[in-house]
Amino acid sequence: MSQTYLPPGLPIPVPERNGLSAPFWEGLREERLRVQRNPATGLYQWPPQWIAYDTHTFDIEWVDVAPRGLIYSWTRVWHPVHPALRDAGPYLVVVVEMPHAGDVRMLGNLLGDPSQQVRIGAEVEGVFEHHPGAEPPFSLLQWRVTGAA
Amino acid sequence: MSGRSLRGTVAVVGVGETDYCRHGQAPEPEFVLCLKAILAACRDAGVDPVEIDGFASYSNDRNNPPSLATALGVRELRFSNMQWEGGGGGGAGAMANAAAAIAGGLADCVVVYRALAQGQFGRFGQGPQARTVSSDLALTVPYGQMSPAQWYAPKVIRFMHEHGIGQAPLRAIALASYHHAQSNPRAVMYGRPLTEAAYDASRWITEPFHLYDCCQENDGAAALIMVSAERAKDLMQTPAYVLGAAIGAGFRVHSTPAGFATPDLASSHFKTLAPRLYQMAGVGPADVDVVQCYENFTGGVLMALVEHGFFAPDQAMEFVTPENLLAPGGKLPLNTSGGNLAECYMHGLELQIEAVRQLRGQSTSPVPDVNVSLAVAGPMVTPVSTVLFGSEATL
Repeated sequence: MSQTYLPPGLPIPVPERNGLSAPFWEGLREERLRVQRNPATGLYQWPPQWIAYDTHTFDIEWVDVAPRGLIYSWTRVWHPVHPALRDAGPYLVVVVEMPHAGDVRMLGNLLGDPSQQVRIGAEVEGVFEHHPGAEPPFSLLQWRVTGAA
Repeated sequence: MSGRSLRGTVAVVGVGETDYCRHGQAPEPEFVLCLKAILAACRDAGVDPVEIDGFASYSNDRNNPPSLATALGVRELRFSNMQWEGGGGGGAGAMANAAAAIAGGLADCVVVYRALAQGQFGRFGQGPQARTVSSDLALTVPYGQMSPAQWYAPKVIRFMHEHGIGQAPLRAIALASYHHAQSNPRAVMYGRPLTEAAYDASRWITEPFHLYDCCQENDGAAALIMVSAERAKDLMQTPAYVLGAAIGAGFRVHSTPAGFATPDLASSHFKTLAPRLYQMAGVGPADVDVVQCYENFTGGVLMALVEHGFFAPDQAMEFVTPENLLAPGGKLPLNTSGGNLAECYMHGLELQIEAVRQLRGQSTSPVPDVNVSLAVAGPMVTPVSTVLFGSEATL
């Protein structure tokens, strides 16, 4: 059993040269989920932007949020479009909404049986998936149904 | 509202295309395909190619206006336009941009074109092969979500969930395209009919899309010639007048890799466009005689039809049946050339051509007495675009 949900060999996520999303990727390596917030208004924003869309301030903070949420939508992928995934399917992709963080959404894989019935609205919790051997090392945020093994 | 409108000011007077073939099978360089489609459209219109003074395209078409203008010996280049972003969602937008240029006096004779030889360049349906990814792509690709089908599937699943919609409407849309392609000798799927059983037995690409819910990837080129309404009256073909057009998307619709973050996820993004389209055109959904709607994936067509006002989402199971979608007698004849699924994935420009042919009575699956013909581009992307054509009787 592989320690990662998908086999190795997919493109490695790295922050942009300008560093916009670096706090997010650094956070995942420390098992912290960080998203952007406008400190003046409390507006959560995801994916990262240089500017807050409500007040147009460039002074945006990164805040830790609990890695949990509700399944908003999903797909089960059967047809691989990358050589590393040739024998990996089917696998599950979920869109997770986080009501405690302004309803921002994250995308990840749903751990467990890939043939499981996925229920929109189900509570899920985040699982940090580390890839220490990658160059450069990185971590992903995966999801599992709350209470599932 | 102001009186600013395209209504009745500009017409499509010529359409043309190369042979359509499977991806990687183009017999000639992409630029040559592009030139041949433009020449075919000029012949259809009875316009001398050197009279073209404007070029409009979309999705970063590789064949740029200065090169085309030079190659064709056009006397003067006045309009060189690219609809920015949205891929195939720009097809109707390119038509609208061309019409706006003519209506506004920037140019007199504009060609809208698209050429694709995917074998000579990259394919749309393959994931990125780079060693690293950044920005929005980094939020999806490492999770194995890296192709258009995979990016758009959650939008459709959410829409089906919210409205209790099963697989049957998606299947009906695929069946309609394949049915119409059987009458169209240009169609790549001509002679290759699709049955309900074959659809049901086909493999999943990514749920809820079976193989036949996904567009083809093809090589070829297509072009349309547009001139002012006054000029159109003197040319060879029955003019297809632009009644209205709209381009755009709603609030904070993210570009594709980050589409999962779009607040209105379960949308094809025509909610803000369709009212503007109908207002400019002075018609409503009940006046539309025939619809061409870009099929990247059938689920996007379903949402686009809803957002253009043809039925409520909760009526989808009942309304979206093969019978209702077939020419000549269906309530809403759809994709009557076979469209992206079964005629050719000419990035939706073949749908613009088919909308014009329906108004001329030249479709291979003609709908009787067409006066109002709709062509919708690129559901689920941003920006999307949509255009209504009308007969002279609608002016």
